[in-house]
Amino acid sequence: MKDPVDVLIIGAGASGAAVAWSLAETKMHILCLEQGGWMNPAEYPSTGRDWEAKFYGEWSSSPNVRGRPEDYPINDDNSPIKVVNYNAVGGSTVMYTAHWPRLHPSDFKVKTLDGVADDWPIDYDALTPFFEENDRMMGTSGLSGDPLSPLTHPPMPQQPMGLSGAIIGKAMNKLGWHWWPSDTTVATMDYEGRARCINLGHCTPACAQGAKSSTDITYWPHAVRAGVELRTHCRVREITTDENGMASGVVYYDKDGVEQFQPAHVVIIACNGVGTPRLLLNSASGRFPNGLANSSGLVGKNLMFHPYAQIYGYVKEPTDSNRAPPTCLWSKEWYDTDLSRGFVRGYGVQFVRGAGPVFEAVVSEQKGILPWGEDHHRVFRKLNGHRLGFSAICEDLPEEHNQVTLDPVLKDSHGIPAPKIDYTISENSRKMMEHALARGREFLETAGATDICVNSPIPWGGWHLLGTARMGTDPERSVVNEWGRSHDVKNLFIVDGSIFVTSGGVNPTSTIQALALYIANQMKQRLANLFD
Amino acid sequence: MSGQMTLTPRQRQDLRIIAGMIIPPSEEYRVPGADDEIIQADILATLGRDTRPVAAALDHLARLAGMPLADLAPDTRDGVAQQFRSTGGVAAATLVRVVLQCYYRDDRVLRSLGLELRAPFPKGHVLPDGDWSLLDPVKARAGTLRRAP
Repeated sequence: MKDPVDVLIIGAGASGAAVAWSLAETKMHILCLEQGGWMNPAEYPSTGRDWEAKFYGEWSSSPNVRGRPEDYPINDDNSPIKVVNYNAVGGSTVMYTAHWPRLHPSDFKVKTLDGVADDWPIDYDALTPFFEENDRMMGTSGLSGDPLSPLTHPPMPQQPMGLSGAIIGKAMNKLGWHWWPSDTTVATMDYEGRARCINLGHCTPACAQGAKSSTDITYWPHAVRAGVELRTHCRVREITTDENGMASGVVYYDKDGVEQFQPAHVVIIACNGVGTPRLLLNSASGRFPNGLANSSGLVGKNLMFHPYAQIYGYVKEPTDSNRAPPTCLWSKEWYDTDLSRGFVRGYGVQFVRGAGPVFEAVVSEQKGILPWGEDHHRVFRKLNGHRLGFSAICEDLPEEHNQVTLDPVLKDSHGIPAPKIDYTISENSRKMMEHALARGREFLETAGATDICVNSPIPWGGWHLLGTARMGTDPERSVVNEWGRSHDVKNLFIVDGSIFVTSGGVNPTSTIQALALYIANQMKQRLANLFD
Repeated sequence: MSGQMTLTPRQRQDLRIIAGMIIPPSEEYRVPGADDEIIQADILATLGRDTRPVAAALDHLARLAGMPLADLAPDTRDGVAQQFRSTGGVAAATLVRVVLQCYYRDDRVLRSLGLELRAPFPKGHVLPDGDWSLLDPVKARAGTLRRAP
């Protein structure tokens, strides 16, 4: 039998890396089990001429399409939004757009302010020092002083405006609408061993330059140097408990597929809003028949995705196309509740600079605006390198019927039951999406765009996996307490997006990591009585 | 769906014909069609995991034509192609995508589009910094971040 570790972290992605690094200073024996492996940037898509084609296969954002041994299948047939993720050291930070807004102070008080959902048990101020710490660790770029966003202090200047940014800014100014350079985790100068962005343009499926921050090149090298053990290609099947109802360790399959048991004094789950409920539900036992930490019945419930309402068109001027990071500007014009719009809460906007030629051809053919035959070449030249996009990240409110359960049939390569998603877009979200599309159309028309197309929702847009093990002070209405500890199992913690109470209208990774650092800090302060 | 891992000669022939109907050559733009020998070779060499759906799409195409597309009179192929495009589903979409992804990385095509013949890394691209005075109206308008109680 293996010696027990003090802390066992499951998952080496955004939150697992942050919590591992933060706890390392305690000098406890910390072990992280990750189902994927270390990435090799020399093999990233942008190093080859077939860089765009790879996005349709081994570098797809969908684990169901990729089907790598490190991935697990997800039954999302009953959802208009499909789950996308990445499984490796770095998790989905390997494959994301690096857009870096954070939740607003008002997002933590939605019940008080707008009478919907629930307030968080913590407020924005509690996270402020951890947002700052995380921005330094991940290395952010941006322009401080956005009047409609929380104050940030990015250590690097904003990305260049580029051709697309200038067109976007002029159109938004004509309409009198807010826009601002996005905070991103794209390094605009050499930073902490990372080389500056050289505009490879294909940021989302990993950055060969290392300019895009992912936790395999930010937190993990520091954490490993500080003594954290990271064991790769180890897939956890279940968390075990002892006779006192405390977590005793995990059963996992090692890189050779051999079943192992690793005892631990503390278990921290960092597997995202789908992987975490899957693991808890797969950890059912005689004492916890409905899944571990699930006395509330809320494990897997309240799944929030952020439905994306995307609209794009084609301007006469050239845009940045694939020659720049895809996102550079945001708008918070419609972020806060205005009941005259016909819905509650709001959405952030991320503008899109363009696309590469293959993506442009494939999508435009599917949309029916790129013909077959003789006229193909003329139309393609009108479209390619002229795209401009407006994507609204609509706040998804928690609804219990939107859920992650275990699929009765589908299993991963180790025979572990796979997650099943049941999700519908609410009426409030639909109204919000319609509003966003109307504003997006105004924006595009003002910019002079034609051939306007809509993706609403973006079908493969389930990047943000939130809410399925929510935090709260009431054990009957939440899974973890206000500092991330399970109400039911006193040595079990959750630090990923599943603990979100509400989703806000922004990309969540910055807030996920700030929460992980906050929880790690709470644990460090309470080490003497962590289980009381 | 077909379980085969390579295309049959008949399927290859039909693939070449339908690819040429999707993207014919153009003298005006000095580009080959997608039925070009080099592009077809690239498609076949890199089909990989797409082989099965593409084979299924080609079988569907042949069913619509009532015979191999290659055997159909050229002036009647258009109707079949239109039907294929509208009824082919995921398999047809995969076939079209495979054709496009190989066509739009061909050197002659990229040259015609004014694009460099290289991977993005390591050279990258240069981006104009832009005129940030465009932000002045936003700063002047300011606005207020909604406060939490």
